[in-house]
Amino acid sequence: MDYPDDLLYTKEHEWIKVEDNRAKIGITDYAQHELGDIVFVELPEVGSEVVAMEPFGVVESVKTVSDLYSPVSGEVVEINSELESMPETVNSNPYDKGWMITVEMSDKEELKELLSADAYAKYVEEESE
Amino acid sequence: MNTKLKRTPLYEIHKKLGAKIVDFAGWEMPVQYSTIMNEHRAVRSSAGIFDVSHMGEIEVRGRDALKALQLLTVNDVSRLKDNECQYSMMCNPDGWIVDDILIYRLSEEKFMLCVNASNTEKDYQWILKNLTAGWAVEAENISDTIGQISLQGKNAEAILQKVSDADLSLIKYYCFRRCNVDGVDAIVSRTGYTGEDGFEVYVKNEYAVKIWDRLMESGKEYGIKPVGLGARDTLRLEMKYPLYGNDISEKNTPLEAGLEWVVKFNKGDFIGKKSLQEQKKRGVRRKLIGFEMIERGIPRPHYAIFKGSRRIGDVTSGTMSPSLNKAIGIGYVQADMSNIGEEIEIDIRASYPKARIVKTPFYKVQVQVKV
Repeated sequence: MDYPDDLLYTKEHEWIKVEDNRAKIGITDYAQHELGDIVFVELPEVGSEVVAMEPFGVVESVKTVSDLYSPVSGEVVEINSELESMPETVNSNPYDKGWMITVEMSDKEELKELLSADAYAKYVEEESE
Repeated sequence: MNTKLKRTPLYEIHKKLGAKIVDFAGWEMPVQYSTIMNEHRAVRSSAGIFDVSHMGEIEVRGRDALKALQLLTVNDVSRLKDNECQYSMMCNPDGWIVDDILIYRLSEEKFMLCVNASNTEKDYQWILKNLTAGWAVEAENISDTIGQISLQGKNAEAILQKVSDADLSLIKYYCFRRCNVDGVDAIVSRTGYTGEDGFEVYVKNEYAVKIWDRLMESGKEYGIKPVGLGARDTLRLEMKYPLYGNDISEKNTPLEAGLEWVVKFNKGDFIGKKSLQEQKKRGVRRKLIGFEMIERGIPRPHYAIFKGSRRIGDVTSGTMSPSLNKAIGIGYVQADMSNIGEEIEIDIRASYPKARIVKTPFYKVQVQVKV
């Protein structure tokens, strides 16, 4: 499993990439692997508000429906609308082309609650035991 | 209460193959080995092998076995000859479905019932309770001694033929043979739950691993893949085969479920007959239908079905169909709104995407005609 060092992670298996006040959000390699073939992604509208650790969308595999949790609070400024027609991108490329939303953060203090790549890798290892 | 999960004789093989294991009806079963899409496509394009040892087997034996089964089940067991199987159901006196089953006629006085894993104990108790006193018939639950392997796909026959001593081309759809598979005594039937050609192989537990390994080896040249319960579900859903517990249960009758073809009213008495006859006369209030999503969304069990502002039913199964790349579902709707072509809406997280009732099966299998 691959967990890039320049990202932060949640225990709900989302990643976040911070650039100034903006944060790009997606799900981790572990998450896409656990879900299996992803066939549907439902994202919020641009301009809507997301709240830290509350659901902002839904990802569905053949068998399961899972909520997506936002690592931070803020306004959605961009969504990856390509996932509508190619949800499988989340499986093949979770950290790059499989990104989901970009959020203009309202409280950067929330980042302190998130996990580093090492801490996340350890968490996943413990959880899957 | 004993809550320990059961394991099939093939459990260690699943672990070794790296399967994801889930609790299904009290069994630790493989849900997928690679991905559901992959496994699904392997069955549709070549061959897949399934461990279905969790299914239950109940033998019904004795001079009055036929008479007893005629009473217990809705199909006409007297039409069965030796080496033939029949899809049937057991209903309760109110016509509700106790289980959907396969009946194998081993001989005039010996039948084997293949029943759903989740219902095995319930069915067995139901059968015992409904065996008429004084009749020469006994039932035995032999589930814990039998392993069952399903081999499905257009190359299933070629793969199984290499290790079987019977001429499989002589076994017609819904027929079976007692024969040797890799030297092991087996029951081999041309049956399945995928819509594809294929076989189900019953052996004693202790031989299940050996048979599985041999079939995997024999199927190598055809790209055989082990298939978990995930793809088993998408495969059967594309055919609109009902799954007990989802699409049929003790809250549905065969008539509502579109299974009237199984019920033989003219065969004499059977449990549930009177209620079903009355329902037939009255007409059913709801029907099990198949639908395709027109707008974006994937239907799932328990989602509500609407027609405008009126709730007209519920989804019982749904998925993204791997073969059709469309979201499909089945569910019960009011009978007067169950026509093919009818547009309905599915309540998916409080949005109401449109769907259309369609003819089923959803997927048309490319049938090779056997002469």
